Amino acid sequence: MHPVTTVHYLALSAALLLIGTVGVLTRRNIVIILMSIELILNAVNINLIAFSHAWHNMGGQVFAIFVITDAVAEAAVGLGILIALFRNKETVQADEIDLLKW
Amino acid sequence: MLDTVLFYSFAVLVLGGGIFTITRRNAVHSAISLIVSLLGVAGLYLLQQAEFLFAVQIVLYIGGIMVLFLFVIMLVNLDDAAHVREFNRQWLVALVAVAVVGAELGYFFHRGAASFHVAGAAAAVPIAADNTGALADSLFSEYLLPFEIASLVLLVAVVGSVIMAKKRI
Repeated sequence: MHPVTTVHYLALSAALLLIGTVGVLTRRNIVIILMSIELILNAVNINLIAFSHAWHNMGGQVFAIFVITDAVAEAAVGLGILIALFRNKETVQADEIDLLKW
Repeated sequence: MLDTVLFYSFAVLVLGGGIFTITRRNAVHSAISLIVSLLGVAGLYLLQQAEFLFAVQIVLYIGGIMVLFLFVIMLVNLDDAAHVREFNRQWLVALVAVAVVGAELGYFFHRGAASFHVAGAAAAVPIAADNTGALADSLFSEYLLPFEIASLVLLVAVVGSVIMAKKRI
């Protein structure tokens, strides 16, 4: 078995990023789209921590904290928008919200 | 050896949880799978000596964000969503596009794997024995301004989400 190197972590992070992207692009349920965005942000964090560990540099971990902060803000605002939307349109399917389409 | 075994078991948790998250029909099942995936990511943090982020991941992500998600799932009552189409019409295009990006990334990692090996520069810097202390030193000196801006972002997000969820604006 090969020892685990930075590349392994980067490949794992890329795979998680792709899974999250597939979720965002293909699902109709807005709650699950928001969860996929969390997956993408976690992929970014794995990357940051891997480089932080490889270079013995704290900067990566500090940036991971900022990413987590933004993930919290994004989840709070996104779910607030979702609740407002559900109250007006009675749906959580992304492609049924087409007020600006014709 | 133990590192390798742990890495692969956490990787299975992360990727398996992620795949279940985007394929389950029921949103509650998706949320539970996402929790498994986030736990795997927390394990990866621990493997890389980021103990503080491990704790933050568990407390904030699993304890905070996921409970928020579960609350919203209960609030919007997704019962009828369980009987409609799960994926949208352009899913095939999305899969092809993601496969292309994945192939590019795979080629990139295959060709560039050697260049990720860090030369002697990093090895000279000793790894901090006290992760939380070192992180705090870095956060409160070098990154003080971004830290304050992040707190402002959180304040704006809290006010924004309260206004968004109000009955009448």
